[in-house]
This record gives sequence, C-alpha cells and structure tokens, in this order.
Amino acid sequence: MTLHSVDTPAKGRPFPVAAVSRRAAVGAQGFLSRYGLLIAFLLLWQASSTRGWVNPAVFPPLDTIMAALWKGLASGALLDDIAISLQRSGLAFGAAVVIGIPLGLFMGQIAAVERALEPILQLFRQTSALALYPVFILLLGLGEASKVFVIFWATLFPILLATIGGVKQVDRRLVEMARTFGASRLTVFRRVVLPASVPAIFVGLRLSATTALLLLIAAEMIGANKGVGFQVMNAQYNFQIPLMFGAIFLLAALGLVANAVLVLLQHRLCRWAEATR
Amino acid sequence: MTMVAHQASRGDAVAIRGLSKSFTLGGKTLPVLRDLNLGIRAGESLAIVGPSGCGKTTLLRVLAGLEQPDAGQVLIDGHPVRGVGTERAIIFQEPRLLPWLTVLGNVSFGLEARGVPKAKAEAEARHHIRLVGLAPFENALPGQLSGGMAQRVGIARALTVQPKILLLDEPLGALDAMTRMTMQDELARLWQEQQATMILVTHDLEEAIFLADRVLVMPREKGGVPRLIDIDLPRPRDRSEARFVAMRRRLMAEFGLH
Repeated sequence: MTLHSVDTPAKGRPFPVAAVSRRAAVGAQGFLSRYGLLIAFLLLWQASSTRGWVNPAVFPPLDTIMAALWKGLASGALLDDIAISLQRSGLAFGAAVVIGIPLGLFMGQIAAVERALEPILQLFRQTSALALYPVFILLLGLGEASKVFVIFWATLFPILLATIGGVKQVDRRLVEMARTFGASRLTVFRRVVLPASVPAIFVGLRLSATTALLLLIAAEMIGANKGVGFQVMNAQYNFQIPLMFGAIFLLAALGLVANAVLVLLQHRLCRWAEATR
Repeated sequence: MTMVAHQASRGDAVAIRGLSKSFTLGGKTLPVLRDLNLGIRAGESLAIVGPSGCGKTTLLRVLAGLEQPDAGQVLIDGHPVRGVGTERAIIFQEPRLLPWLTVLGNVSFGLEARGVPKAKAEAEARHHIRLVGLAPFENALPGQLSGGMAQRVGIARALTVQPKILLLDEPLGALDAMTRMTMQDELARLWQEQQATMILVTHDLEEAIFLADRVLVMPREKGGVPRLIDIDLPRPRDRSEARFVAMRRRLMAEFGLH
C-alpha cells in the first residue's frame, strides 16, 4: 500500500508566509499583465515631459496635470462643469432610453411597422448627428435644448436599432413553446420576448453611453460657457495646458464610470446569458 | 387513394378524419399527409415512426394545433381542434427552456402561462421536478444542465400542466444512447403514472416498441399506406426479451431493414 504514503499530508505545514507571498506574486502578475502597458505609457509620458524629450508646454508632466485637476476640483469650478455635463448627457441618454427601448420593442414585434420605418431609420442613423447640430441650433437656439437634443439624437439610434435587433432575433421556437402552453400575446411578450432581448438592448445602451459623452464634448465646444467639454476648449484658448489635460482625463474617467455602471447592471440582469455562453 | 390506418370511432380521445396536408417547396407542391384516418384511445400510447420527410412531425404539429391541415380535421373528445389548446402539452426535440429562468421557473412556466398563481404553479412544479429526479437542481439555470437533464426539465414542464394528451416530437433524439434508454424507462413509468394519452413521434424503432401500445408506420414512398401495428407485450418491457426482439425484426422489415 505504497499509494497511501503519497496521499498523506506532509508533517510540517508549509510556511504561511511563503504561501501568502506566492499568492501575492500571482496577483501581481495578473495585475501587471493587465495594466502593465498602461503604467508603462504613463511612466513614459512622465519621463518624456520632465526630461524634455517632448515639449513640456504641450505635454506637461502628469503631476502638474493632476495638480491642476485637483485645484479645479477643490475650488469647485470643475465640479460645476461635471454637474452640467452630466445633466446634459444624462437627460439626453435618459430620453433616448425611455423612447428608444419601448419603440424598439414595438417595432421589432410588428414586421409591417418595422419594414415601413426601416429605410427612414437607416437614413437618420447614417446622417451624422454633428452635421445636424447646426440644424438643431437653428430650430432650438444655442441654449440647452439644442445641446441635449443633439446628444439625444445620436444616442437614440444605437438603442433603438439594438432593441429592434434583439426582438427580431428572439428564438421563434421559444415563442412557439410558450404559445402551446396557452400563453397570451402579452404573456409571450412579457415572459419570453422581453427577457430574451435584454442582452441585445445592453449592447445598444453601452454603445449609446459612449456616444453620449462623445457628442457632449462636441456640443459643449460650440456656444457653451460651462461643462467639461467647454473646459477642454477654454483651457486650450487660455493656454492652461495642464488644466486642458486634466479635463480630458476627467472625460475619460466619466466614460469609464458610465461603462462600468452599465457592465455591472448587465451582469445583474443577464447572468443567464453568461452561463449559456 | 385513401390512407385508412384505422377508422376513427366514437369515444376516441383523438380522432383524425380525412387529414391532408401538403407543402409548397420551390414552386412544387409536395403532399405530406393524404386523407389520413385514425382513432387514438384515451390513455393509449401511440408511436408514429417513419423515415425523415414522411410527415410524422407534420402530423404531430397538426395534432398540436401548430399547423392547419389543408383538408380534414382532428377531433379531441369530439371537438374539432382549432389551434393550440391547454388539454395538450408538447415535449419538443430540443428542450426549449427559457435560459433566464431556473429549473423551477421553467417547470412552473407552463402553469403560469395560463394564469395559475405563482405560488400554486411552483408547488406543482416542485412535485414534478421531484418526479423526474431533478430536485437538487431546482435553482440551476438551463445553461448549467446536461442535455439529458435539460430534456427532463422539458418533460416535467409538460407533465406539470397535467395534459390529457401528451405529444412528443422525437424527445430523446438528441441524446446519447445510454441517456436515451434511461429516459425511455422514465417516460414509460411517467406515462403509466399520469394516465395521459401519449402520442410519440420517433425514428427509433426500439423506442417505439418500448413505449407504445400501437405503432403507426408511415410509408416510405409517397402515396403509400400507413400501417398500424399492435405491440402486445407485457409492461414493463424488456429490450432483450425474445418477443421484443421479434417485434423489432418485424418492424424493421416494414422498412426493408434487417
């Protein structure tokens, strides 16, 4: 019975310190493989700027940027900009969700409606929202309304088209199954079509959230006197380059946070879709 | 030419009268079922076998109310079938589970779909989940189940609504041989417990002999006549018993197989 000896645990326990440090090493390796390049990029930036490899007036060192960003946040000036920017994109995104998802669910269900509306939808979608911004300004003035509307316009279509696509690709066999159990049209919609469309709708939502921030900046660069996008332009005009980069980093952070929130929500609502994949 | 397999009579649970159905494919009309007459007794187990394209699945879909016949009608307890009905339940070849619902959610779905309150539906569902041996997996998602387990969920879902007529469309066709035999044992047991009329479409002759009281043999060539064969073997059936083997040989001969 020599096999037994193989399975018997070794007498002395291994040093816990060694185990912990090994785990830490594995963790560090995972961290490095994921963020290593990003860290290298930031280090390179810092070094190039401080050592004068690039013009520090154009690419200020990261610590200067962070100091400018902190100053802006601490004085509350940038906080106001963030608030107004979030209000604009939030309103527009919210309206796109509230209109786009129900409309998409309806259009995806009824083939005739979808067929009739599809060409005009494609035309609207292919027309750049930025190109239409002057039209919106003419119609709605240079105030908040045209800014919110141009973001709404750009975010509506990804949500709408993703929702239509989601509804259309619902497995007909599942719908048939529900019908054979006597489910009404409403029950089929509520219990089969809607949940089956959720993953596709989330693809549209994430795309739209990115678009919302993109359009926000463009809208705020024209005829605004507040907002993070305005700050980027304004700081550049006044040659406050660290503040300009600070505002750019802030925008990137907003985008990352918005995406993270949606990913979290998606994990909550579509755990089943990950299990199937 | 009429295909008279068995004249429908009064008191049949299911009566098929002069049923015809054809499909149009590439401009050509292909008759699939021609003037079929058949009566199925209450509590009977009928298997429909035949080569692919013989119309056996079409027949089942007409019985389910998912396809409309071109001519003729299906009567259930004397009432003509117009569309799907809650006295029938179907077990499909693919389990057709809703991937976002747990096993419990899927099994209670059938009852909930017809308006039974959730608590009552779940109580019924739990009972049938136990019957198919999936009690430990009540909260699993379909994506986590094996093919055999998923099909068990489909079976439990159909049994939970306590249908008078259970329609099975090659329910075990996608399973491996071992799992299939285990599931056949279970279907035989469940059918006897539930006392439902069972109509089973299969391409597996052994499965037909194992489960059915009568086998409807669909013809190989178009225009041929379907034949009914009685399986008068005692239950529970033994696949290796001499009479079972003889019956299989006889059924295979119907298709020119040896």
